[in-house]
Amino acid sequence: MSNAETTSAPLDPAVPFKAVFLAIVAIFVLVPLLATLLGGFKSLGELRVNPFGLPQHWEWRNYADILFSGRYWQLLRNSLIISTLTVTLTLIVASMAAFTFAHIRFFGSSMLLSYLTLGLLFPAATAVLPLFIKVRDLGLLDTYFGVALPQVAFSLAMSVLLLRRFFKDIPHELLEAALVDGCSYIKFFRYVTLPLSRPILATVGTITFVNSWNAYLLPLVMLNTDALYPWPLGIMVYQGEYSSEWHLILAFITLTILPTIILFLLAQKHIVAGLTAGAVKG
Amino acid sequence: MPSPVGVAGEAAPQAAVRGPNWDNRFTVLILFLPPALLLFTLFVVLPIGEAAWYSGFNWNGFGRPTHWIGFDNYRFVLETRAFWLALRNNGLIIVVSLAVQLPLALTLALMLADKFRGAVALRMLFFMPYILAEIATGLIFSFVYDGDYGLVASIWRTFGAEPPHLLASTDTAMLAVLIVIVWKYFGFHMMLFIAALQSLDKSLVEAARIDGATRSQALRHVVIPLLYPTIRLSVFFAVVGSLQLFDLVMPLTRGGPADSSNTMVSFLYNNGISRMRVGYGSAIGVILFAICVIFAFTYKRWFMRDE
Repeated sequence: MSNAETTSAPLDPAVPFKAVFLAIVAIFVLVPLLATLLGGFKSLGELRVNPFGLPQHWEWRNYADILFSGRYWQLLRNSLIISTLTVTLTLIVASMAAFTFAHIRFFGSSMLLSYLTLGLLFPAATAVLPLFIKVRDLGLLDTYFGVALPQVAFSLAMSVLLLRRFFKDIPHELLEAALVDGCSYIKFFRYVTLPLSRPILATVGTITFVNSWNAYLLPLVMLNTDALYPWPLGIMVYQGEYSSEWHLILAFITLTILPTIILFLLAQKHIVAGLTAGAVKG
Repeated sequence: MPSPVGVAGEAAPQAAVRGPNWDNRFTVLILFLPPALLLFTLFVVLPIGEAAWYSGFNWNGFGRPTHWIGFDNYRFVLETRAFWLALRNNGLIIVVSLAVQLPLALTLALMLADKFRGAVALRMLFFMPYILAEIATGLIFSFVYDGDYGLVASIWRTFGAEPPHLLASTDTAMLAVLIVIVWKYFGFHMMLFIAALQSLDKSLVEAARIDGATRSQALRHVVIPLLYPTIRLSVFFAVVGSLQLFDLVMPLTRGGPADSSNTMVSFLYNNGISRMRVGYGSAIGVILFAICVIFAFTYKRWFMRDE
């Protein structure tokens, strides 16, 4: 890790400047978030005159009403179903493909791998209209799978690359020994590769989860029924209904980003590793 | 490679040619590869090809496309003023990413890569906006900018000025979006730089210092050059990110007013998807695809050859 002690000179004149600069950036980041959290505890009237400070009267009702409504939980449930489907399928499909690319040499292997990595080149949005028609023709419109399957397909490129790099680092002698002992590739995959690859599976799973949990465009195009909406769609509908009752909207925003922030605090390591992955070439 | 002492004795003669474990490997090939290839082909590759096909039709998405109009859709797109505005806005996003976000991220990374009390907490704080959903971020800032209740309005009022409606004016809407983009993404780029700084060979910096280089000289002539690969990568992400920006724009402005804050994707959404103009929308998609692919290839060839 960083051996910083060597560079910290005593009483550097840059230190106060640095502290002020960091404080300004911290305020820039924090103020909108705190104002959102606190705004949810205010009445609309108070919000207008006092958007920054602590509420004079803590209006717990704003939050309570949302928490005791079926609506909030339904949105979270839908998001959770779609994200779980996406993560599970991505991990299974991508790890199987990555295993093949890592351990089996066959004609066209590198060609197929570069074929998959084409997915890194362009965003899902470019082909979203034909994708909509495809999903409709498959009869998956307005279903969880209609959102999850395209999400899996678009997360495959990155996932296969990350997993393959990790699988390749598992000592080859291990595989050879297992094969000599009569273990099949599939058993090796199931009982050696996967258990050894927990960190990378967690990383890939986390990226996929965060992306799917936050996704807006694909569900927007594929779903028509309110009852199936994940939270990003639901919150937009909510905002449309309560257009300028900001105290309610702010409470709703706070409650919907809460799961993300909790997950972030619990799995910081994997999230940072995952979302900056591909950057640090190993 | 497979060891010469195989277990192929009892297998078909061909197995000897293909080496030991061929059946075993063949099974994996047959079982493990198709799901990924199938999903990827069906939902990623085919739709791109179909976009090119549909873009030749005037089609509302119902039935089969029959009304072939050649390249007219492309002509219509290129004749739309909003398309050029969207392209300009994507350019603006890239400029701001390079001129504001990247230096900010790099400065913060240099400050926070070393361990001191609170460094890790600050890193996490600065990274946090990146993991928030763009929809939530957009809504938070549409509150911040709100002319009646928002934070900006309140600051204006304390100075006795009439609060502006930043998102409702063609002059300021895009500027407001750009500020949100910096807020949301600088932490990601900062993390890239921190990761690079931590894997940097510290002895090079120390050697430069021992040779009499000042701190800023060591930074300019040793550290920054060592970061070039990461800087190039960060620029790459900034451009690709700008080309797919959509979720953030929707809650803020929906691309308006008067198309002044559209990005390529929100332009595609507003003009193609929401009106089910499949041919026209596909043409926009193909143009966006071409921009992405051309950019990715030229950038990789020119700037990232060594990686």
